[in-house]
Amino acid sequence: MRTLIERLGGSVYRGFSSAGRGVSLLRSIFLATRYAWKMRTEILEQMHVVLVGSMPLVIVTSVFVGAVTAVQAVYQMQAYVPMKFLGTVISKSVFIELGPVLMALVVGSRLCAFYAAELGTMKVTEQLDAMSIMAIDPVSYLAMPRFWAAVLMIPVVTIFCDVIAIVGGYLASVVTLDISSGTFIEGLQMFYKHTDLLGGLIKSIFFGAIIALSGIYFGFNTQGGAEGVGRATMTAVVGSCLSVLVADYLLAIVLFQIVFEH
Amino acid sequence: MEAQYNIPPVPDQKVADPTNFDGIVVEGISKSFGSKQVLEDANLLIHKGETLVIIGRSGEGKSVLLKHIVRLLEPDCGRIWVEGQEISQMEKRELMELRKKFGFLFQGAALFDSMNICKNVGLMLAEHMNWSEERLRERACECLSMVGLDGAADKLPSELSGGMKKRAGLARAIVMEPEYILYDEPTTGLDPITGDAINDLIIKLQKELGVTSIVVTHDMPSAFKIADRMAMLSRGKIVFSGTVDEVRQTDHPMVRQFIEGNSQGPLGAF
Ligand SMILES: Nc1ncnc2c1ncn2[C@@H]1O[C@H](COP(=O)(O)OP(=O)(O)OP(=O)(O)O)[C@@H](O)[C@H]1O
Ligand SMILES: [Mg+2]
Repeated sequence: MRTLIERLGGSVYRGFSSAGRGVSLLRSIFLATRYAWKMRTEILEQMHVVLVGSMPLVIVTSVFVGAVTAVQAVYQMQAYVPMKFLGTVISKSVFIELGPVLMALVVGSRLCAFYAAELGTMKVTEQLDAMSIMAIDPVSYLAMPRFWAAVLMIPVVTIFCDVIAIVGGYLASVVTLDISSGTFIEGLQMFYKHTDLLGGLIKSIFFGAIIALSGIYFGFNTQGGAEGVGRATMTAVVGSCLSVLVADYLLAIVLFQIVFEH
Repeated sequence: MEAQYNIPPVPDQKVADPTNFDGIVVEGISKSFGSKQVLEDANLLIHKGETLVIIGRSGEGKSVLLKHIVRLLEPDCGRIWVEGQEISQMEKRELMELRKKFGFLFQGAALFDSMNICKNVGLMLAEHMNWSEERLRERACECLSMVGLDGAADKLPSELSGGMKKRAGLARAIVMEPEYILYDEPTTGLDPITGDAINDLIIKLQKELGVTSIVVTHDMPSAFKIADRMAMLSRGKIVFSGTVDEVRQTDHPMVRQFIEGNSQGPLGAF
């Protein structure tokens, strides 16, 4: 019993102290942002990694997200809800929820694993030490460009997803579900609100920050060898996905129940 | 087992006023990782302009000691002064300035594997000097040719052999013409001829640029060739330090055993 409490206490303590160090990493990243102009090529390179590298994944995921939403919506709406609402259902669920969250989970995991494994390997092979010996701060040189690349590009990826998912939903509805093109488009326009799209994008900015921070934090704190890198990567991805889901809930309350309501 | 050997006491390596000492003072450093005590009250002086060779058996904590001097590791207790400034008291900015005066050759070279050799060597210049691309490259290539790596500038670290990586790491350490260079096993993994060329380079840097060096090595011929003084690390302490001649003549049983490469003696075989 005693050891159980000790262990529980230990993990709570570790949780808080790593959260504390995560916050201080975030703070150093913000402080290092004043070197953003100097590091512009690196930031652009990292943005390129996020956007171009993820495109096939984004396209495939998004097409199917749209198509599945269409099929499910038609199945659930049958006989109760007129089909002209199909476009509305698809666009709202994609803009508000599915686009930002699925991109944060799919593209985000890819990115988070990439950051954690890359930085973790640099840590265990003493490359980070070598960098700080050279009076180059790994936070400004490595963490800051990666962080801003994710914060800027995850929303862009989400926009791509929104567009492609609507196209996917349209194709699935028109080609396989016997919905007329006019009906679908009417539904799209009917209850369209800018705030839906905007809310989704604001969420994805926060998700980008969470993903990058998790990858960078666990990468920088990697211990040991290859196994350590594996463990760091795993923890980073799990941490990022869970945090995204929790943040999604909190942001939904803040954005859609408080900010946009007034 | 130690009783049968007559081991002299640990030499007194303290200075009265470390803030006035021109060089590096390591005072009473202890460090443990988990339950493993690696350094235990280690004292060491490095005078300006000299080459100090640290010898000691594998796993005794030589690399750990070097890392403390540039504050890559923080000691559990003890203090270190560089040019009269205590490094644990320094702000991040001051530490960065100090580190620009240091070159560090890692035991495993620690090259940045996403950059080619030229970028690796020139990175510090690119970050701290306002130089043109051409000038950077010229300086990087100059350093690479000093270590016999002409023509490797555009290769990636993964395309080099172990010894070549070591030499590229050395080129990177000297690119800013540092005042202090810490070498962690500079000649390990090199053939005898290249190894000797590296010895000559270390001597040349000391003579021509007045570099203060700390060299960790197991290579005794190299140690005798480059050293002004030698220190021996054993069981977490500096158990001996003296000039090369003193080392040759000493009857300190641990030092004798080490330089003779004898498996019988106070250090034990394993
Ligand atoms: N980061 C670390 N975490 C845990 N233990 C460590 C760490 N770094 C070093 N050690 C331990 O400290 C001891 C000394 O290591 P160090 O690398 O300094 O040895 P060394 O004298 O340089 O040996 P070698 O000549 O083989 O390079 C070793 O026993 C090692 O296990
Ligand atoms: Mg070592």
